[in-house]
Amino acid sequence: MITFSDRQLKTPKLQRPVYFVTGGMTKFARAFPETRTEELCIEALTEAASFINMTPAKLKKYIHSCYYGHFADHFGDQLLGESVIHDRLGLDPLGNVGIKTGGATGGSALWEAYKTVASGYSDCALTMGWERMDEVPTDEGNNYISFAADKDWETPMGHIYTGYYAVMAQKYWQVFGKEEESFRRTMAEIAVKNRGYARMNPHAQGPMDITVEDVLESPIVAYPLRALDCCLMSVGAACGILADEKTAYEMTDNPLRIDIAAGSHTLRVADRRNMEIPLLPNETKEQYADLGQRFPGGDRYPGFTGFLAARMASYYAYNMTGVQDPTKDLDLVELHDAFTISDIQSYEDIGIRPYGEGRTYVESGDCYHTNPKTGEPGKLPANLSGGLIGCMHSVGATGIMQVIEVGQHIWNRWAETHGDESRWERYGREKPKDWKNLQVKGAKRGLAISHAGVGSHVTSTILQHPDHILPGGMFE
Amino acid sequence: MSCKEDRGTVKIVDGRYKPSGKFHYPAPNTPIWNDKGELAGVTNPRDIVHIHSYGGEAIFFESLGKGKLMASRCDNPDCETKGSIYMPFRIHCPDCLFKNTVLDITDRAKNNAIVHSFMITERTGAFNTLPTPIKFVNVEFDGVCTILMGALIRGEPKMGMRVVPIFKTKNPDYIITDMCWVPADWPADDLPEGYTY
Repeated sequence: MITFSDRQLKTPKLQRPVYFVTGGMTKFARAFPETRTEELCIEALTEAASFINMTPAKLKKYIHSCYYGHFADHFGDQLLGESVIHDRLGLDPLGNVGIKTGGATGGSALWEAYKTVASGYSDCALTMGWERMDEVPTDEGNNYISFAADKDWETPMGHIYTGYYAVMAQKYWQVFGKEEESFRRTMAEIAVKNRGYARMNPHAQGPMDITVEDVLESPIVAYPLRALDCCLMSVGAACGILADEKTAYEMTDNPLRIDIAAGSHTLRVADRRNMEIPLLPNETKEQYADLGQRFPGGDRYPGFTGFLAARMASYYAYNMTGVQDPTKDLDLVELHDAFTISDIQSYEDIGIRPYGEGRTYVESGDCYHTNPKTGEPGKLPANLSGGLIGCMHSVGATGIMQVIEVGQHIWNRWAETHGDESRWERYGREKPKDWKNLQVKGAKRGLAISHAGVGSHVTSTILQHPDHILPGGMFE
Repeated sequence: MSCKEDRGTVKIVDGRYKPSGKFHYPAPNTPIWNDKGELAGVTNPRDIVHIHSYGGEAIFFESLGKGKLMASRCDNPDCETKGSIYMPFRIHCPDCLFKNTVLDITDRAKNNAIVHSFMITERTGAFNTLPTPIKFVNVEFDGVCTILMGALIRGEPKMGMRVVPIFKTKNPDYIITDMCWVPADWPADDLPEGYTY
């Protein structure tokens, strides 16, 4: 569709509020050659239980239905893998379902659990996501991932997914980057930032202390994208527990309000048709009237420069929760930085910056924990976990990991979960001597974007501290 | 492990697939040992052939081998986007879901296709058949509402450059790479084996 009816643009209204009670995750690594997937999932659930001082057995007593996300059966070579995990978690005979939306699988699995609790079907639901990307050689893994493109029209073009993002990077660089070298350096700065933040995260697979030059000199994967512009290929698991208000407060004193919305767009970038830009609450039609003059080619929306799915997921989520301006109303975000270019594109799609001006979010220092230009806290820190570039992209777990990371800031427990020496030791990782507490002080609200394909599915998840719920949301 | 000569083939007889020949090649598992000499797992080798229907897109893939580029157009007079031409070929209109009309756009592609974006990669996934470096081009056509991705098989890509399609008319594979792109005016005697304008 390129036009939308009022019914399609309706703000979702749920039956009752939903709370994020707890979450847990494993460490993430390129391979776990001596660990079965079920062991990873049990570890994640045990972490979630421990986070609210429960045993796994006690936590399980609350769970009424289960939502499992893993992107590709191919990787694990196991159809109905959800059933294997469900059985090993000892959750039979509860109802369960597998969810697959590519890179957004984790976010989509949470979305299903969220609607289930909101509807009253379940008072408490489990979302568990994982990916087993180490059980084929890397080039076969890339081949499998490329089958998430159109297998007849796109996959035969090299069987390399990065290529599909590279054409967007090229176009964005021409249109909004104006082919400036400075824009390329801004892209690289994202990789430096996220890999640097990953150094403070014991779960992270790809921590690195690097420079912009290191990124620009790293091997080309698909020009103009280089190795250090790209996310990791990971193994690991993450889970979240969602509940209605009464149940949530029985389980913990500190549940967080959670709201999730979803959007979609064509699997093939090729199929995108021109349309008007759907507006977010902090935008006006007039501000884009001269977009094509300021950025020649930028008036072709979404073209190769935007993600309509991210825009629509945020449109619904902001209207559900009362977010008027994400930079003012939120305290941190976790974005789907599959590639440095898609990170910049997302800033615009979700309204952190207007279309065409995404780079200024990085260049201003607003996206940092501590603004390197001012030494003051960043206005809206992004991807303090390290993101997909620095922490992990264990596909089915990614969207869940992001929400847990945002939650740990709002719970003011980030330092506890990331600084604990015993956790670093247990994961066989050395805590950096210059380890820094990245807790966002006073964090009350945050957002996580889970994204698939070249923008085929996106979920937008907003967490809020219950004492700091924004006015104007769907329950007012 | 596999014997290409025995590869299975498929016909359709009485509305059903009729496979003949070999479709899978079993091979033994091999153990995976850790550095202490303990068993950690096994390999699971196998070689499988999938059978796949092109359905209503078959005319597109068959036409490539005949040197034709077939698009589709919504001709439903009641559709809000009637007249839209789709390349990639869409069997149905994405708005009204009426069956689209098949439209030959070969001449349009030869005369006014330009590069919207591109990328170059040395890396590929397993089973890639294109020569490296692979150069994708995203191609715009006058009057077509979408942008086709293809492989530029000669020359260097550039935004806005005019390109023309070439077709594997000799021994086509009946897949998307039966059509590739070259810069406009590329000499006809320097096309890949089996391809013609």
